[in-house]
Amino acid sequence: MASKSIENLTRGIFKENPVFVMMLGMCPTLGVTTSMANGIGMGLATLFVLALSNMAISLVKNLIPAMVRIPCYIVIIASFVTIINLLMEAYLPALHAQLGIYIPLIVVNCIILGRAEAFASKNNIWQSLLDGLGMGIGFTFALALLGGIREVLGAGSILGWNFIGEEGYPILLFVMPPGAFLALAGLIMIYNKISGANK
Amino acid sequence: MSLTMIFISAILVNNIVLSQFLGICPFLGVSKKISTAIGMGLAVMFVMTIASIATYLVYYKLLVPHGLEFMNTVVFILVIASLVQMVEIIIKKTSPALYQALGIFLPLITTNCAVLGIAILSIQKEYSLIYSVCFSLANAMGFTLAIIIFAGLRERLVYSTASMPKAVRGAPIVLITAALLSLAFMGFSGIGR
Repeated sequence: MASKSIENLTRGIFKENPVFVMMLGMCPTLGVTTSMANGIGMGLATLFVLALSNMAISLVKNLIPAMVRIPCYIVIIASFVTIINLLMEAYLPALHAQLGIYIPLIVVNCIILGRAEAFASKNNIWQSLLDGLGMGIGFTFALALLGGIREVLGAGSILGWNFIGEEGYPILLFVMPPGAFLALAGLIMIYNKISGANK
Repeated sequence: MSLTMIFISAILVNNIVLSQFLGICPFLGVSKKISTAIGMGLAVMFVMTIASIATYLVYYKLLVPHGLEFMNTVVFILVIASLVQMVEIIIKKTSPALYQALGIFLPLITTNCAVLGIAILSIQKEYSLIYSVCFSLANAMGFTLAIIIFAGLRERLVYSTASMPKAVRGAPIVLITAALLSLAFMGFSGIGR
């Protein structure tokens, strides 16, 4: 039982990382990662929604008729997204303004509905919570990494600390839209090399 | 901002996919062939325009009078999901030919963040009904343009797969292609504002 819990928690972090392996949740992955702090903020907001909606869906899975389950899941997810949206607006207004439209768009992040359908609708509350946490950590990790790389290359700073000084010339391209695609392509290439995929 | 400017800005300058990163999933997922890309593009155009009217009316006639603006995420996604279902049923009954062309793409559109994103953006920008319809149509046209060009690039890419290093095949080369396309569209930046 314990090993199964650990397996469910760690699966999302590397082996089935939602960004690198499953290519889910691409919009926020590419859209908000202009800096490491934004990536972490977005990742944590998604983690919160993912863990709680997985738990809630697992709790009510036997009450929902199979025919209308997808709309029900979407309503549950949208409610948690509204909660995190209002909380962030109240307590983290600067980050909320930075992430902008991508906060309400957590609703249509395919990772969340995907995990609800593939995992939470078949497993108990505890395991669903672990799965949601694991996937959320994996997503946050990927966004932080991508945001970090883009910030270092594109702005010459890390977490807001500038290390190339006034005279430095950062590769501006990396904080612009094409840089998002390029940096993610590079990361997935490295991931494929390490994990031995595509053999 | 005039209506012409909205179109130019949404299609070329601030392309929804390549510079705002909305609707990336279908952009990467259903762009292997030009014919499917055209089908997806048309379906998005159709749904997004209708959705903009529906969400506008729901927001200003239902949510605002009752002081429920904060519920917009929940309500919009429900409106869009049921709208897509309804459109699917109506097309199936009235026009089998159109259903043949668009049918399989319609269910995918519910989770297309471009539709919800544009609905929320036109509320945030406080557009009037005419403006939000045009804004949605223009963005959907931008999506269609981007996905068709991208599918054209990917059709050629297939021939050179054998000469690529193993780690680059699959997702990475698709993303690199998207980066180059996005770079090309950056040439339009600075027009208008």
